[in-house]
Amino acid sequence: MDDQNHGEGTPALSVHGLSKRFGNRVAFEDVSFEVGRGEVFGFLGPNGAGKTTTVRTLGTLIAPTSGSAVIAGIPLTPQNAVRIRRRISIMPESPGLYLRLSVAENLECFADLYQTPDPRESIARALRAVDLTDRANDTCASLSKGLRQRVALARALLGDPQILFLDEPTSSLDPVATRAVHELIDQLRRRGVTIFLTTHRLEEAERLCDRVAILNTTLRTIGRPDELRDQLFARSLTVTTLAPLPDPDRVFAGLPAVDGWRLDGRSSYRLAVSDPAVAAPAATRALVGAGADVLSISSLHHSLQDVYLELLGTDTSADERAGSR
Amino acid sequence: MSVSSRCIRAIVRKELREYRRTPSIVVAMTIIPLISLIQPLVLVFGLPSSSSGRLAHEHVLLYLLGIPALVPVLIAAYAVAGERQQGTLEPLLTTPVRREEFLLGKALAALLPSSVVAYAVYAVFIACVGLFADPSVASALLQWPQILAQVVFTPLIAAWSIWTGMLISAKFTDVRVSQQLGILAGLPTIALTSLIAFDVIHPTLGRALAFVAALLLLDALGWRIVSAAFDRERLITGTP
Repeated sequence: MDDQNHGEGTPALSVHGLSKRFGNRVAFEDVSFEVGRGEVFGFLGPNGAGKTTTVRTLGTLIAPTSGSAVIAGIPLTPQNAVRIRRRISIMPESPGLYLRLSVAENLECFADLYQTPDPRESIARALRAVDLTDRANDTCASLSKGLRQRVALARALLGDPQILFLDEPTSSLDPVATRAVHELIDQLRRRGVTIFLTTHRLEEAERLCDRVAILNTTLRTIGRPDELRDQLFARSLTVTTLAPLPDPDRVFAGLPAVDGWRLDGRSSYRLAVSDPAVAAPAATRALVGAGADVLSISSLHHSLQDVYLELLGTDTSADERAGSR
Repeated sequence: MSVSSRCIRAIVRKELREYRRTPSIVVAMTIIPLISLIQPLVLVFGLPSSSSGRLAHEHVLLYLLGIPALVPVLIAAYAVAGERQQGTLEPLLTTPVRREEFLLGKALAALLPSSVVAYAVYAVFIACVGLFADPSVASALLQWPQILAQVVFTPLIAAWSIWTGMLISAKFTDVRVSQQLGILAGLPTIALTSLIAFDVIHPTLGRALAFVAALLLLDALGWRIVSAAFDRERLITGTP
């Protein structure tokens, strides 16, 4: 594929049946997905699920055993590795800074390796983005863990990447620094940078990601967080009244968008609904009409964590699988 | 394939900055040349003028060729293993830097300071002998062919040491193991230069040219072997 063909309509990342084995050990298998340009894509999974190996494979650091991928419009082949690395940046989980060098010296080296046209300006911009301009001359050894992570993020921004792979970017950060990284990811999204975010923090994925994929050696699911919730969990309303209803079936049966009901406590009822926005007002009217004293009507919210646990809770963890081999 | 001089310069500059601030490298670059310098100087200053005849058959100056055999191997042994140990190899390899640029940058960064140190030690030795040794001893020691041999052989030996050190560094994860093996790998070169220095192997122009050719061949071979051994996947994942 020609570089020029990488237009607005083409995905930033297109992966088809990608697998990686180390001898008999499967790191990940038959992984397929696409990531749109400017999308924040979350890549979730337990330890040992193959997330980092996937990132390293897409980053041309390791070769896939089978399958194919197109990264920033360039097919993933050994011959294209340098061209691909010019269009992407990877921030590994560990910052990997030269601790004896200053922040500016670290960035200077990488600005040259990315061959940025104006290294001084690129470094200044990257430092401003992570709010570290005043620490430019400090040695990295003197920085806290959180600040080192921010330097690593600044380093990843130097090459002005089309795709930014972030491997657990907030794993060692305090809440304030985490929020700063989240804001930076939002800024990058607005600038049209595609972000491939590997994280254990499910609330982070839910807050930042347009779509998420859950990997446990094989891809278990992929979609928008709310779609995944809908796929996995029936929508429901919880109705609580002051006293038990004498004939709940008469109240709830036949209501629009209500598919069924069950008792969920002494005077609490769980309604299976197809559309909460239609069912809730109808249920309220029916309850008032039946003379019930309504305490609450609430839509049951499933988090991404519920989705994750539902999908992976019964899986033997990847670590255990590796240990048993 | 084109090699970017900017990428090579970036690696060299980064390495030189790191050397300056890494005590173990500064010590290695200082101690070995000092030991190599002091021992022959003490020997030479103690020699009477009557020994000048015997010295004419020895080539003490060539003994100093141990410096380019040992100093660069210690630095080169740190090149890849050091990056892996401090967790900086992966970020470096995710950049568009090519394998050849990375290796050439590392090799040049080891060659430059070790050559400067080696030439500085020769200069100090020659100056001390010229100024303070017995004049007849000095004239027996300071022969132009030997000085020329120092100038020519220093970068060739250093380059061979560097490729040896880098090969070891690419294979072993522990810096200390890598450096110890590097010193062991430098011993045959030191043994050879010592045999020549003490005239066990008599130096002739023909032999010198043969050694130059052999070193050039070894250096070219070393570059190819190190390039082949530098496998991103193995270095990142630690798989055999």
